[in-house]
Parts: sequence; C-alpha cells; structure tokens
Amino acid sequence: MAEFKHRNIIALRDLTKEDMELLLATAENMREINSRDIKKVPTLRGKTIINLFYEASTRTRTSFEIAAKRLSADTVNISPSTSSATKGETLADTALNLLAMKPDIIVMRHAVSGAHYHLAKKVTCSVVNAGDGAHEHPSQGLLDLLTIRDRFGRLDGLKVAIVGDITHSRVARSDIQGLTKMGSHVYLAGPPTMMPPAVEKLGSVTVCTTMREAIQDADVVIMLRIQQERQGKTLMPNAREYSRYFGLNPENLKLAKPGAMVMHPGPINRGVEMSSYVVNGSQSHVLKQVENGVAVRMAMLYHVCGGELE
Amino acid sequence: MADNLTVLLDESGIKRALTRISHEILERNKGVQDVVLIGIRSGGAFLAEELAQSIAMIEGAAIPVGAIDITLYRDDIKNHTSRLPVGKTEIGFSLQGKKVVLVDDVLFTGRTIRAAMDALMDHGRPECIQLAVLIDRGHRELPIRADFVGRNVPTSSKENVQVVFSAQNQPLEVVLEK
Repeated sequence: MAEFKHRNIIALRDLTKEDMELLLATAENMREINSRDIKKVPTLRGKTIINLFYEASTRTRTSFEIAAKRLSADTVNISPSTSSATKGETLADTALNLLAMKPDIIVMRHAVSGAHYHLAKKVTCSVVNAGDGAHEHPSQGLLDLLTIRDRFGRLDGLKVAIVGDITHSRVARSDIQGLTKMGSHVYLAGPPTMMPPAVEKLGSVTVCTTMREAIQDADVVIMLRIQQERQGKTLMPNAREYSRYFGLNPENLKLAKPGAMVMHPGPINRGVEMSSYVVNGSQSHVLKQVENGVAVRMAMLYHVCGGELE
Repeated sequence: MADNLTVLLDESGIKRALTRISHEILERNKGVQDVVLIGIRSGGAFLAEELAQSIAMIEGAAIPVGAIDITLYRDDIKNHTSRLPVGKTEIGFSLQGKKVVLVDDVLFTGRTIRAAMDALMDHGRPECIQLAVLIDRGHRELPIRADFVGRNVPTSSKENVQVVFSAQNQPLEVVLEK
C-alpha cells in the first residue's frame, strides 16, 4: 500500500511520482466533501494551522484556509501588514515565536526562493509551501495535474504547452516537475528575456522560440501571468506587443488540438496573456482549477500531518 | 489451506446468510419503502451490493445502494505512521428521512460503526439507522449492536476474521485466522 512519508511539502521536485499519485487520489476522493451540505470532516480536529503569507494572495490563502477548516483544523492567518516582519523581525525569529504557540502545520508564502527549507530547519511542525519566490508552488502544480487528469483520465503522453514568463514563474517550475514526472511532454514558450538559462535542467522539456511551435497540436495550454511586480520594466516593450506574440486568442488556439484545455493559475491580465474570449470560452478550465485547489490542499494537509521524513 | 486457518462460511453459506438477512430487513421495514443500503468500504460495500440484488429478487423492487469510506472519521488516525489512503464515498441520493441499513462485513470493536454513523449524519438526517453484518465476532468497545447478523462467531481478540472476495468483488468465504 502506498504511504506518504513526508513531513513537509516544499517542492514537487522532492516528491516521487508515487507520492504525487497518492496526493491526487486522496484529493479526488475528498472532493465529495466539498459538494455536500455539511462540508466538514473531523479528521484534523485539534490541529492548528498557521497561514503565514509574506506576499499578497487571495486565491491560495483562501483555498488553504477553506481546506483546513473543512478538515476541522483551527486556522490563524498572518499577512504582511499585520506581521512583525514590518518591524524588522527575521524569518527565523518569527518561526521560533510561532512554534512556541504549538502549531501543527505552517503554510507559508514568501518572496525568497528556498525560504521554506530555511523555515523547515528551524521548526518541528510541518511546513507547506504556498509559493516561494520564483522557485515552486506545489499546490498549484498538483491542482493542475488533477484538473488535466480529470479531463483526459491520464497524464502520460499528453502535450502540454506552458507559455509566458517562465523565469519568474514558480507555477511553471512546479508544473514542469509534476508533468514530466507523470510522463507528459512539456513545451515551453516565451520571450527570450523571460526564458531562464539552462531551463532544460528542470526536466525533460522542449524550449520553443515561437508560441506557435509550443501550442501546435497541444492537448493542454497553460498560460502564465505576466508578473509586472517582479519584472522591472525592461523585459518587454509593452503589453500590446507581448499580447501579439505570446497572447492566447481564439485564432491561435485553433492550432492546438480540437477541444484542447486552456488553463491559467490566476490572477489573469485579460487582454494581455489571454483574450477575454478565451478566458470565458468553453475550453477554459480556470474555475475548475480553483475548485480542485481546495481538494488538493485538503489532501496535502491530511498527508503531511502523518509524515515523518524531513 | 494452512493449519491456522478455519473456514467459517463457504460461498453458499454466505449466500444463505445474506438471503436470510434480506428477508429480515424486509420484515422489519415492512417492504422497501424508504429503505436504502449503505456499505462501509471496502468489504461492506461489496456485501451491500449483494444484499440489494437479493432484496430485488425477493421483492421485485430496486433499492438504492451507496458506499461510505470512514477513513476521515477514524479515531485511531494517530496510531498509524502515515495517513491511510482515503477511499471514495458515493451516496447518490439524499438520506433525509430514509431508513438506512448500514452494512459491514465483520463487526468487532464497534469503532468503525461509530465512525460510519458520524459520517452518515454529515450527509443528512435519516429516519433511523439499522446495522447489518455478515459476522459478529464480539469484543465490543462501544455500546453498539447489530440488527441483522449472518453468523455470531466467538473469537479471541488475537484471532482475525476475514471475508475473502473474488476479483469481481463476490464474497467467496469467511476465514478465521488463529
């Protein structure tokens, strides 16, 4: 029988295919809870979960909080404006102070890549990554896997295009880790200024120079958000030009397989990376991704509570 | 078969026990009106399907069947080194005002039944819950008893009673492992 032995979930890079399959199976069976009248099970009763968010987030924080509450855990939210970080406290000090209050899981989002590995060394509770810098966003990666598998019944052999600012995207890194381990063929496209050097080392991916090449006959097209807050001003001339070369619209979507899935981690810049026609169209699975997010995060919280390994 | 295994019921013995339980369920509830079967994963869910077929044969009327997974309601989650896999709960109808017959293969400490009743209550408010089990092996740790029993088997708490199913989820035999 498959067992999940990890105490922390920081990156899909650290998980095996079997680990991910177990998380997806659990998430699939937990969806039933979210559709019934009494949306709660007593599984994590008496557990305390701290949502420590150093970066703005609506979707991910709300999703983690709902997931925790549906499992009967108690949740506390700490956001940048209310935290002592604004008074100059270090992450390590914050961690030790929080630990003194005996939480069972800390769910953290942080602007620095790898901050969670630092946190995990300081604390004895579980650490779950809700996004760290340009490193990984494992819950988003897993919910993308689940959403794709729902549609096709499998992940292996699918052509998945990921288009946009790969350099700054933690979603892309988690998607690449997850999809390649599950046997999908990943094609990346984006302006050369937004393609990290040595990107092939992330997994067996194909780097394309044009968007057309990436989405041609794709089963799934994942569009990334242009992260203007991280980029500075030099990576692209302007949004209109970006949209012309790397935006998804009803015309170039026809290059993909008929009925191909369109996904986006949100929040969407309408008219930049995706036209509103595509966002609202029948091929868009954006809201399905959000729905699956709750079940996936429930599965993550459930399994780390029983794990032992670092 | 190894020396430490005793067959308590064979395939036809199981069939006869399930047929009798079907009659008892119909007698107690005066037919199939508002009666639904909910099997506890995994063995109980298979037996619930068998009972539904046998009730349909006797009464000539179909009866709704659901399956419930109780992993998330267990009281011994901490005793395991890693979290158990979660199975699928499939109840495609409302339990409101229904007479629920909960079905399990082996009744032992009663803790599974406690968990299953808590889980059922989160799906609505049934008119009543009755319990049907193929084997009652004693050693209750909670105040729970079955309404319909296939066979009472006195056991020691160290022994193990198992219902063996075929690849098609048909019950084949009940074995006692010493």
